[in-house]
Amino acid sequence: MSPLIFAYLALAGALASGVVSLGADRYPHLLRYGSSLFLGACGLLAIVAGGWAMIDETPATDVLALGLPWLKWHLRFDPLSGFFFSIVGLLVFVTSLFAPGYLREYTHPGNKQALFALGLFSGLFVLGMLLVLLADDAFVFMISWELMSVSSYFLVAYQHQHAANRRAAFLYLLMAHIGGVAILLGFGVLAGFGGGFTFEAMRDADLSATWASIAFALAFIGFGMKAGMVPLHAWLPEAHPVAPSHISALMSGVMLKVAIYGLIRFTYDLVGDIQWQWGVVLLIIGSASMLLGVLYALIQNNLKRLLAYSSIENVGIILSGLGLSMIFIGTGHVVLGVLGLLAALYHILSHALFKGLLFLGAGAIAHACHEYDLNNMGGLIRRMPQTAVFFLIGCLAISGLPPLNGFVSEWLTFQAALQAPALESGVLRSLIPVAAAVLALSAVLAATCFVKVYGVAFLGQSRSRRVGHAHEAAIGMRLGMGLLAVLCVLFGIFPSAVIGVIDAIPNQLLGQGPPSAAAHGWLWLTPISPRVASYSAPLVLVGILLFALVAYAWLRVRAVNIRRGDPWDCGFGSLNSRMQYTGTAFSMPIQRVFAPVWDLKVDIEETVNPAQPLRTEGIRHQLQVHDKSWSRLYEPIGRLVLAAARRIGLIQTGSIHTYLAYSFFTLILLLWVVT
Amino acid sequence: MTDWLMALAQTLLFVAMAPLLGGWIKRVKCHMQNRAAPSLWQPYRDLAKLFRKHTVLAANASWIFRATPYIVFGATVLAAAVVPLVAVNLPTAAIADVIVLVGFFALARFFTALAGMDIGTAFGGMGSSREMMIGALAEPVMLMAVFTLAMSASTTNLSEAVTYTLNSGLVLRPSFIFAALGLMMVAVAESGRIPVDNPATHLELTMVHEAMILEYSGRHLALIEWAGQLKLMIYLVLVANVFFPWGIATEMSPDNLAKGLVAIAGKLALLGVLLVTWETVMAKMRLFRVPQFLGFAFLLSLLGMLTRVVLESGL
Repeated sequence: MSPLIFAYLALAGALASGVVSLGADRYPHLLRYGSSLFLGACGLLAIVAGGWAMIDETPATDVLALGLPWLKWHLRFDPLSGFFFSIVGLLVFVTSLFAPGYLREYTHPGNKQALFALGLFSGLFVLGMLLVLLADDAFVFMISWELMSVSSYFLVAYQHQHAANRRAAFLYLLMAHIGGVAILLGFGVLAGFGGGFTFEAMRDADLSATWASIAFALAFIGFGMKAGMVPLHAWLPEAHPVAPSHISALMSGVMLKVAIYGLIRFTYDLVGDIQWQWGVVLLIIGSASMLLGVLYALIQNNLKRLLAYSSIENVGIILSGLGLSMIFIGTGHVVLGVLGLLAALYHILSHALFKGLLFLGAGAIAHACHEYDLNNMGGLIRRMPQTAVFFLIGCLAISGLPPLNGFVSEWLTFQAALQAPALESGVLRSLIPVAAAVLALSAVLAATCFVKVYGVAFLGQSRSRRVGHAHEAAIGMRLGMGLLAVLCVLFGIFPSAVIGVIDAIPNQLLGQGPPSAAAHGWLWLTPISPRVASYSAPLVLVGILLFALVAYAWLRVRAVNIRRGDPWDCGFGSLNSRMQYTGTAFSMPIQRVFAPVWDLKVDIEETVNPAQPLRTEGIRHQLQVHDKSWSRLYEPIGRLVLAAARRIGLIQTGSIHTYLAYSFFTLILLLWVVT
Repeated sequence: MTDWLMALAQTLLFVAMAPLLGGWIKRVKCHMQNRAAPSLWQPYRDLAKLFRKHTVLAANASWIFRATPYIVFGATVLAAAVVPLVAVNLPTAAIADVIVLVGFFALARFFTALAGMDIGTAFGGMGSSREMMIGALAEPVMLMAVFTLAMSASTTNLSEAVTYTLNSGLVLRPSFIFAALGLMMVAVAESGRIPVDNPATHLELTMVHEAMILEYSGRHLALIEWAGQLKLMIYLVLVANVFFPWGIATEMSPDNLAKGLVAIAGKLALLGVLLVTWETVMAKMRLFRVPQFLGFAFLLSLLGMLTRVVLESGL
């Protein structure tokens, strides 16, 4: 018996959920219930399999008689794979709870879209992600990586009647393939030195420092592109929001994590000999990603786009944690490197939970009132009270507030950064605290961003009629969100227990666990030693609740009546929903302070009555935000490629004689080279 | 067990003394500006009056609006519990280190800002938006300042950090001076005082914190006001005890504790006078000058950090 059996069953579940939806166009229930049932089973099995693999110290391996005749499929299931396997499983399971309710309107008879495609590609997408995690040779890895990319392309393009979605999908496919080529070349370097495509051979490859750095750079570009690091991120906020919401949750919640898995597997496991310079690169790119990601998120008014940008921020936090870890490992401080790695892993887990939750929440809102624009929402806490509670927990968690899970990972990252004095190099010692300050700034900006989201969407008065008539989400959708919300709280309150399980990963990769993270019982988290730093999330929760309840009870005893009245309107008469702060207004101070970050276009149109030129009749204010990486990076490269293509196009005359001549001369040239 | 009781007693003392500090600051300020001063006990009377009064809620207020005062109060009291006031080596300091302390304030700010947006008036949204901007710029400064200290003491535990400063004696550390200055500027900004915000104003254009809590009344308002006074006191105690810890009790004997009490009272009174002088000579800033103010504070903290790395790495 090994965990691989459960993993195979999970793969079969994902495949079955895809296959079963082939009949969905005739029987829509197959998509809503059949496919979701198999996905749910797949998710549960993956959680079990992943959990087992993390506890089981010896990795399970298998060779399948698939693939090329001389290269069978090598699979391996170790703690690192297991950790990511259970995260994917968890989100797939939650999605399967959410999907039946959410897909109701897709299966409406009036909807003309191909239903089978949604179910089939969802199944294949999950299959691809799970298979990537099991791969133990470059061949399987690339096949399943492409399966994941291509099937998610079809999901991004699912609502293809809008031109913007087709454009986003094409951009996504293009970037996925550029990244894929970089990863392939990275594997090529390792395979060249190791003499084989299996990961076993690559681990034994004897690389010079330069070649190791080249391999790392290629892998970093490839995996980083998929993970959405700055400045290669521009596809992400286009592609993730346009997929159906439960797929967006999977893409932002776990597909980005699969890319991070690739990076960890490649650097820590396959290359192995980590150099501190790589860590510096990761730290700088990570800091840039988190700051720019959150600033762009803050200024968005489309909820799903905002969440996609916030994923870039969180990938930045993960990359910074990994960067710190690599700097410490590269300079010989392996124990501190373990701490950085743990911080990154914890944030991977946290982000999967709260980003999944928030995307599902966005889906529930879209389902209830067909609205993505924050500036048309408002007052949803009264229409969707339970969704509002779950969404609030998600917002608190992503803002890094104690005692939830987002705070634990940020705290661990800070603790890793504070160990900088252990380093010999003065430059590193001063660089790392600055990166920590950037992390602090991003964390508060994230809080600002999610105050805006929650305040504008859920609080206040509704800004449109549709939102005013929104209905609470279906029971399955609430169950899905509720499960994630509970996990956000639990993983925030019991970090020591979680770390006790995931320290199998540093044990496997670095041969060393954290010194004493959970050594003082489940109540205390002490990453280095109790003297240096300690955090007790359960006591924090109990403390806040205790003091709040004491105040409440004390005031309750001396109860005075609460009276409801009108809010203060400055004596001008009743307030209406147009007087509230909108999302744009809320982010205006930040927009002014950090103005150079965005390409902003502000249009103010004034309508004046020609009879009374001094009287303004109406003002229209429009704000357009463009990503700077477009105009600075993507468009120049795009122009360059087009220009080069035009030059190369000159040799294509369209005449068969010329082409025959080309072939002839090429042949002669090759013969000359060979002899 | 006695340690935990001591910690609880210190927390209660903290909570009970916070309005007194507010009264002291108000009194000194009045004297300095040639105005008739209210009694030292006036803040207590205000709180008592608010607790007795009816609470009026806006018609469309949700549960967030009602829960916020309790969450804010709970988080701030817990923050007070982890800061060494009279004595060090109390067990509560281990619950949360200085990064978590910043997290408590962030939690309180998050909920206050949400409550500001809950009713759907323009004032509330305006206050929330401005408060979050100021908070966003102030928090990195605060963390940079405490990181400077944490790196020297190689701990983020407040009690250990205070012990470290005590044991290292009266040495001149340039980095600490920069960090202390940065922290003081953050304290001014975060507790909503001149020149960043004016706690006494109700003028639409200048309100920040007051705009957020404009709809609060009765006992809800009392809790928020109390939490605000507590927050100011926490900041001042941080500055006083982390950078100038002399006098704080290291053992639990009665005379040591009495000495600690007198010492912290003296330090707080002095810091209060300093704060009042600063508020009297400064004018309130325009909102968009605040980023420059906090940018300067960040620069000071950064300088402190770099000084620590470059000059004091051997210490």
